[in-house]
Amino acid sequence: MSASSAFNDEKGGSSSVGEPEYGHDPASGGIFSSDYKRHDDLKEMLDSNKDSLKLEAMKRIVAMIARGKNASDLFPAVVKNVACKNIEVKKLVYVYLVRYAEEQQDLALLSISTFQRGLKDPNQLIRASALRVLSSIRVTIIVPIMMLAIKEAASDMSPYVRKTAAHAIPKLYSLDPEQKDQLIEVIEKLLADKTTLVAGSVVMAFEEVCPERIDLIHKNYRKLCNLLIDVEEWGQVVIINMLTRYARTQFLNPNINESLLEESGEKAFYGSDDEEGKEEKADAAALAKRKPYVMDPDHRLLLRNTKPLLQSRNAAVVMAVAQLYFHLAPKAEVGVIAKALVRLMRSHSEVQYVVLQNVATMTIKRRGMFEPYLKSFYIRSTDPTQIKVLKLEVLTNLANETNISTILREFQTYIKSMDKDFVAATIQAIGRCATNIGEVRDTCLNGLVQLLSNRDELVVAESVVVIKKLLQMQPEQHSDIIKHMAKLTDNIQVPMARASILWLIGEYCEHVPKIAPDVLRKMAKTFTNEEDIVKLQIINLAAKLYLTNSKQTKLLTQYVLNLAKYDQNYDIRDRARFIRQLIVPTDKSGALSKYAKKLFLALKPAPVLESPFKDRDHFQLGSLSHLLNTKAGGYQELPDWPESAPDPSVRNVELEDVISTSEGRIGLLGDWREVPEWTKCTSREKRKDKKVEKPFYSDSEGESGPTESADSESDSGSASESGSESGSGSEESGSESGSEESEEDSESEEEERDEEEEKKKRKKRPERSGSESESEEEEESESESSESESESEEESESETDSKKTKKSKKEKKEISLLDLDDFETTPIEVTPVNNFLSNSLVTDLEGLSLTDTVMNPTTIAPSGAVKTYELLHRITGEGLAVEYCFSRQPFGPDPHMVAVQIQFTNNTSSETKNLHMEEPKLLSGMRIKEFPEIEVLPPGESATVVMGIDFCDSTQAANFQLCTHTKKFFVSIQPPVGELMMPVFLTENEFKKEQGKLMGMNEITEKLTLGEKCQSDHAIVQRVTSAANVSRVPCGSDKECRFAGKTVTSGSLVLVTVVTKEERAAQLTVNCEKMVIGTMLVKDILQALTQ
Amino acid sequence: MIHSLFLINSAGDIFLEKHWKSVISRSVCDYFFEAQEKAGEPDNVPPVIRTPHHYLINIYREKIFFVSVIQTEVPPLFVIEFLHRVAEMFQDYFGESSEAAIKDNVVIVYELLEEMLDNGFPLATESNILKELIKPPTILRSVVNTITGSSNVGETLPTGQLSTIPWRRAGVKYTNNEAYFDVVEEIDAILDKSGTTVFAEIQGVIDACVKLSGMPDLTLSFMNPRLLDDVSFHPCVRFKRWESERVLSFVPPDGNFQLMSYHVSAQNLVAIPVYVKQNISFFETGSSGRLDITVGPKQTMGKTVECVLVTIHMPKVILSANLTPTQGTYTYDPVTKILMWDIGKLNHQKLPNLKGSLSLQSGAAKPEENPSLNIEFKIQQLAISGLKVNRLDMYGEKYKPFKGVKYVTKAGKFQVRT
Repeated sequence: MSASSAFNDEKGGSSSVGEPEYGHDPASGGIFSSDYKRHDDLKEMLDSNKDSLKLEAMKRIVAMIARGKNASDLFPAVVKNVACKNIEVKKLVYVYLVRYAEEQQDLALLSISTFQRGLKDPNQLIRASALRVLSSIRVTIIVPIMMLAIKEAASDMSPYVRKTAAHAIPKLYSLDPEQKDQLIEVIEKLLADKTTLVAGSVVMAFEEVCPERIDLIHKNYRKLCNLLIDVEEWGQVVIINMLTRYARTQFLNPNINESLLEESGEKAFYGSDDEEGKEEKADAAALAKRKPYVMDPDHRLLLRNTKPLLQSRNAAVVMAVAQLYFHLAPKAEVGVIAKALVRLMRSHSEVQYVVLQNVATMTIKRRGMFEPYLKSFYIRSTDPTQIKVLKLEVLTNLANETNISTILREFQTYIKSMDKDFVAATIQAIGRCATNIGEVRDTCLNGLVQLLSNRDELVVAESVVVIKKLLQMQPEQHSDIIKHMAKLTDNIQVPMARASILWLIGEYCEHVPKIAPDVLRKMAKTFTNEEDIVKLQIINLAAKLYLTNSKQTKLLTQYVLNLAKYDQNYDIRDRARFIRQLIVPTDKSGALSKYAKKLFLALKPAPVLESPFKDRDHFQLGSLSHLLNTKAGGYQELPDWPESAPDPSVRNVELEDVISTSEGRIGLLGDWREVPEWTKCTSREKRKDKKVEKPFYSDSEGESGPTESADSESDSGSASESGSESGSGSEESGSESGSEESEEDSESEEEERDEEEEKKKRKKRPERSGSESESEEEEESESESSESESESEEESESETDSKKTKKSKKEKKEISLLDLDDFETTPIEVTPVNNFLSNSLVTDLEGLSLTDTVMNPTTIAPSGAVKTYELLHRITGEGLAVEYCFSRQPFGPDPHMVAVQIQFTNNTSSETKNLHMEEPKLLSGMRIKEFPEIEVLPPGESATVVMGIDFCDSTQAANFQLCTHTKKFFVSIQPPVGELMMPVFLTENEFKKEQGKLMGMNEITEKLTLGEKCQSDHAIVQRVTSAANVSRVPCGSDKECRFAGKTVTSGSLVLVTVVTKEERAAQLTVNCEKMVIGTMLVKDILQALTQ
Repeated sequence: MIHSLFLINSAGDIFLEKHWKSVISRSVCDYFFEAQEKAGEPDNVPPVIRTPHHYLINIYREKIFFVSVIQTEVPPLFVIEFLHRVAEMFQDYFGESSEAAIKDNVVIVYELLEEMLDNGFPLATESNILKELIKPPTILRSVVNTITGSSNVGETLPTGQLSTIPWRRAGVKYTNNEAYFDVVEEIDAILDKSGTTVFAEIQGVIDACVKLSGMPDLTLSFMNPRLLDDVSFHPCVRFKRWESERVLSFVPPDGNFQLMSYHVSAQNLVAIPVYVKQNISFFETGSSGRLDITVGPKQTMGKTVECVLVTIHMPKVILSANLTPTQGTYTYDPVTKILMWDIGKLNHQKLPNLKGSLSLQSGAAKPEENPSLNIEFKIQQLAISGLKVNRLDMYGEKYKPFKGVKYVTKAGKFQVRT
């Protein structure tokens, strides 16, 4: 292409993007037409200091790249802009850089420092993108830098950066396979990551770098199973495929026993092939020493957790689950995948194509599974041919005695199709049905014979070929058909068909001794006019007849051979010469002629008509290799089931581990093992619930197995804040929730650190309700950061992590730190650095209160069991401090409300007047009974009021405004689930009766290990009652503690049973009609008991 | 994973290429062209093609072949599904995923492809995230960009990518909060010559257009959820709630999306809203034939059947058609051999009829097969399965949204054999 046209081309491209018109001013275009000059102009634009010009230039360059044109000579000019401020320019430069770095290695190195700087950026997204580009630059010299960057990123605070690190691993591996060992270490580390964001990517890296290191999976197996439903769809596919392989190495064949009975039964019916027979023998041997098969619970876990994914909208996920079930599930359970696969048939034709291939393979092994969906495989005239042929394959595989008549009727309509390739395939299919199902063989044969009169050459030829194959199986029974076909030679003109008929007659001339010579006679007459293939078959027929019936046909044969001798086609001449030598005895004829009969009339084996999909299932279904039926590069063989199961304990995670995680990072998926059985699958639900503050789940602390938010660092700011605050002379000692500590001053000395923390968490929850939607994540990462050793470091890093919004907050915070000692005069809103992603920053700032406050010791709550929560901090409240507690007293005016006791303390030097509340913002159904207005609150005084809130049995926060005569404060009260109930008194019998009614879904059982200080009955009772407002139910057994309560609003019963066992083991059972309440209560009590 | 992507138009030009790993020469597409030639019809190009060093996985959409190059084992559906997502994303961004649209927006396309895959592994495929990263082009925005010099790339970094609800972006604000749901059901059926149903089933989807501020949590319940035989959901739907309560509970993505698709099993009797009486015959002698088709309403539940269109793929030997419709218009394309009869609304009193003669190639034998009829139609305000949305509740936000549900029944693959 000439330079000028290339230019026009490009110009057209850029102008049509709807860009500014820089590209078209005379300086940049038209005048210069040579390639060199044109790039000169781009260079000029790139060198300018106007971003818009740079952008325009980059867009044109990228358009060139997109069209596959070489733009590599611009490299120096482009790379200069790698540090450009404009985001779009920067992105386009990255695109360019990644594309050409390999060709311009030296120059590419110039850009590396920019990315190294980017790796240290406080913003996680910038760190991630720097790593992403850096790792995409394929320059060997930077391998050490990449390695370092990956290692660092793998322990980054942000899961998103860790995800990017996982993506970078295969890139580095493909650049330098030498790094494998080091990379495996990183993979091992990332596999232990507990976030859904990372899981898919790291398994992808695992599959590309070290798929053979199956041992790395052991410890993470259960976690991966549990996270699976929350991983993004592409990650799900990779994980499921990997787990299929893993399971094949670790578990026993679930069908080991069943296969014996069923397969032998099946064989009797359908005449299964040899291989199955072999298997059967092996199985029979196994039967002798067969033990009852018990499925490994981990195997079950995998099957259970993947099943919901059959409902995914992503065809690849559905297929992945389907293959997992096909390869791993007990025979009885495989059926569930059929429906989902049939659903995929509605999808794009490419998806159909792949799915049908897999279904075809499955139908050979497990025919019954798809039988109910037979009609879904019926063919429409509008289907593409390749789909039609595959559907036909499936229909053929599904055919059995019961449905064959329907299928044959269906086939009959297909034969009339306009698509001749498809008709040919249909005829083949009929032939296969006929061979597989003896009952219909004759019907099929007759049908096929009728087809011989079809006008279409292809149809006839195909029918003859199929008939030929069918007849080969039982020639003796079908001499009439052979006769019929012999008659057809008069009419059929299709050479292929004629040839086939002649072959048949020759082959079975003994069955039609009278007709055969006659056919030869007719053929000899028309020999010269026949097509070549027919002539060859005439010669064959003549030779065979000569050998069997030389008396009648000697002359005819001679005649035919003579004709052939002078044929134009050398094949025919050769054949004639060869046959003459072979069959006509002369003195010179060698040893071969003795064997002529054996040569020509050898018994030919009947062709086997079998599915091309047979045995394809030794490839993992759904894989590329399966589709192509050859091993593709990088394919991992699906191993056979082991004879005996490897040690299942390798998948156990040490108990210590569990405890530490449940203490330290409760929110960080640490305790996925503690999630009660049935809730595991709901994790997806919970995750969303949390995020959107759905009333039920909003405080489901510690349960959040698979949840993880990327914004974890956002809150660690609050931790650091507390740290610095304590440094600046406040009363508490480094721990982040000072209020808590001082409040529980008397106790805190005896209490262990973890206990404190636990409470902190509880306390934080309601306090931070201003930003409920994010509070969960905050909590999680906070606990993490407080645990981490390099606390300050991480904190400072993470603090700077967020974007501008956050910075602004930080500034505010700093001011507050300086002014902390005279807050009375400088009312500044101090907020813990909250999640910057939160919807409305303003509300955050207004609604949040500081978690670490210096509390007046006099405000300590009266009873140990009743916890006090902060509603308004005195700094936020400009001197007005408000706390609340759940007094657990019935609320007089309305029994359906939870009584909340609120204490106001005026810390200012002036009177606060007209304290009242306004504008409650509640979810539907929730109600508030306002407290009476406090007219005057003198400085230094406190006042206590009681208000009632009907929370509708949800832990959703009640939001309202607290108003003084001058100010309004947005506050919210969020109840722990335990406060949503009130005690009821039941007898033991009543308790048992009620419990009996609340079984199944309404019962949640959880095993636990009691905390060290909580082994006595007394301690258990105390902890349970402090976690939930329930009363004890008398009980005969001293190993059991029972409690009963009912929810305040709806009065649903809540029954709690704690059974203690040996050591410190115990079992907690909660029965509650409201499952959500039950689940949350289990968490809370569990936590109270294990601390 | 996915190594490279080539976009090829129907003329065989490679008009866009993108590489996620090292560059692969576009000559690899020659294998594709070879396969394409062999297949004839674009529909028949095998989705997976093996070449000596690579594997080509392709899809065909909007007259464009999306050909991806892969080198190692990867589930083919993974790639196919991804390519369809790419095409859908173009559609979402530019209104259509045509060659012209892609060429016009080549830079945005390139940026999108860059974000969607990292090293060949999908990174961000949710439209909401991508739209935060790269703003879709609008006329207004391009004008504004021209004046202010600002760009299409989002200044803010996408938050959705970091969240656990990747499909929804944060900080959505609307003045009118509205949520509309379209229940669209398609009848797939095969009727035989005599009009009896060989096979019929209903495939439905619920398309949603949700424009709600903040983080709404929606619950949609049905009057008769037991009807649904098989379902698949957008990832936002909480499967457990469905399992236990048969309600759809979800935090919706912003904008248009498909909430669920379902299947009403063939076991239930499917009402067939139209019937067709047809007679197509060819005379033994003389090169002509006769065609007579009547379409009438059957089980329509009292609604009007609209947009009726009959398409017939005629045998190759039919040269022309001389027909008279009592209603609507017909066209016959002698090149593709497709006869289309656009009827419009079905009238109870006067059934539309198409009648006349067909002329065959002279000397050609009479075609053995009769062409089958493909029928399209549409019935407004009716879900043929009887599915009914009971109510939609919103939690988590205070405002009152406008809500609406619309039902439509359409013909899916509705075929009458002759």
